[in-house]
Amino acid sequence: MKKKYSIFNIIKNTLSKNENWQKMWRSPEPKKSYEVIIVGGGGHGLGTAYYLAKEHGIKNIAVIEKGWLGSGNTGRNTTIIRSNYLWNESAFLYDHSLKIWENLSSELNYNVMFSQRGVMNLAHNEHDIKEMRRRISANRLNGLDSRWIDTNEIKKLVPIMNTDNLRYPVLGAAFQPRGGVARHDAVAWGFAMRADEMGVDIIQNCEVKKIKTENGKVLGVETSKGFINSEKVGVVASGHTSVLAATAGIRLPLQSRPLQALVSEPIKPVINTVVMSNAVHAYVSQSDKGELVIGAGTDGYNSFTQRGGYDVIEETVRAIVELYPIFGKMKMLRQWGGIVDICPDASPIISKCDVKGLYFNCGWGTGGFKATPGSANVFAHTIANDKPHKINAAFSLDRFVTGRLVDEHGAAAVAH
Amino acid sequence: MFLINCPYCGERDQSEFSNGGEAHVKRPENPDSISDKEWAEYVFVRSNPKGIFYERWVHSHGCRKWFNAVRNTSTDEILKIYKLDEKPPSLDEFKHTLQTPSGEPELGSGNFTVKK
Repeated sequence: MKKKYSIFNIIKNTLSKNENWQKMWRSPEPKKSYEVIIVGGGGHGLGTAYYLAKEHGIKNIAVIEKGWLGSGNTGRNTTIIRSNYLWNESAFLYDHSLKIWENLSSELNYNVMFSQRGVMNLAHNEHDIKEMRRRISANRLNGLDSRWIDTNEIKKLVPIMNTDNLRYPVLGAAFQPRGGVARHDAVAWGFAMRADEMGVDIIQNCEVKKIKTENGKVLGVETSKGFINSEKVGVVASGHTSVLAATAGIRLPLQSRPLQALVSEPIKPVINTVVMSNAVHAYVSQSDKGELVIGAGTDGYNSFTQRGGYDVIEETVRAIVELYPIFGKMKMLRQWGGIVDICPDASPIISKCDVKGLYFNCGWGTGGFKATPGSANVFAHTIANDKPHKINAAFSLDRFVTGRLVDEHGAAAVAH
Repeated sequence: MFLINCPYCGERDQSEFSNGGEAHVKRPENPDSISDKEWAEYVFVRSNPKGIFYERWVHSHGCRKWFNAVRNTSTDEILKIYKLDEKPPSLDEFKHTLQTPSGEPELGSGNFTVKK
């Protein structure tokens, strides 16, 4: 692994007004054919290419992205990382990811700014308490560091929170100290840089128009830069996955909806953990720049417009202001939407399909960022061996036929 | 967020309505003899196009009546609204605004990263 950044490097480039930094990855023209093509240059896709090259010895790979790297949901999420999901299958998958997060900066030798500041899920009523205690117990049986904290402890961790003088008082919380946040762009960039070093071609501003198949086998992809041959194609295109699948005649159980987030003007540090509330729908953390990062909900209808409805923001901001009265007069700087692909059971699909050589990693819905390295890791395994890793075996497309769903609507935080 | 012209009450804000997902999904006619795979298709799989979409809406905070709509999901433009007992309009009636399957329309999209 080459070292690209050092103190001397920074000084040298400062003197030349930062105009001569070496590029983090090449921008090659696509070759005629590749061993594996990954469609989608977000964290999951770039990570898949990285693990294919690193762990499975496949270097002849292209990652094809229609915009720039991380311009989709990788750059649009609220960067929350946790693994406190209810069912065993999910706990294994998300904790596999969390364990990789814990060493990712040193593995990539690139700072992804992973900060284990803890994630808190607030309980506002009797039902919340029961549901969360059940989830905590399930988590503990799976070896996760989930625990119940009462209002006093919440007040100690987040003194600015109004816990009792509001319509839905805060009665306690499920807390996972190992959870936290990371710098989302850095994850895409880090994976891209190291994958590129191993020979992966990253092709940006190139849209895949059609997945070409013949006699139940994948032939390659038709792109805006011509046809590219490959016997294996992995589609990791979040909201647009079902659009791409449709070009190969495949229907997936996905619905695409805008999910919104917004950030405030930067302020001094006031909140040093991540606080989520499912019941009143508010979640907030503070970025290293000092902005409050606020996640809103999804629109109640399918759309690809990447902006979302104003009423959805109103609902979230109303709850935020009630929970944290001191934020009442803050200004919001930016708002955006990302198109998330939601599965009927709020769990992802990491799977083969009826077409040989075609793989899907999709359905992450409103919570895919936390899973980036773990998802990439098991997806690479699935593509390389043409069979799932034991961690993602439960997340196959078959589960909608057998009925073995992994229902995580309760733990998915954002109400779908 | 947009306006929806309820066929019974007139034009109202979208937040007064609830979306009922894809329209014209037919329950299998011979439930005893179809396979699990066919059932999965009916229970879990719905169309999710970028572009023209047939869907159902209910005016929850108004007349509470259901109706159908044709909407362009890449712009959120409502192209047609019709009552449940009316014949669905054909796809050819509408102009498809996308050049490529995952492309962006010239107007009405919030996505500037891939807009040419």
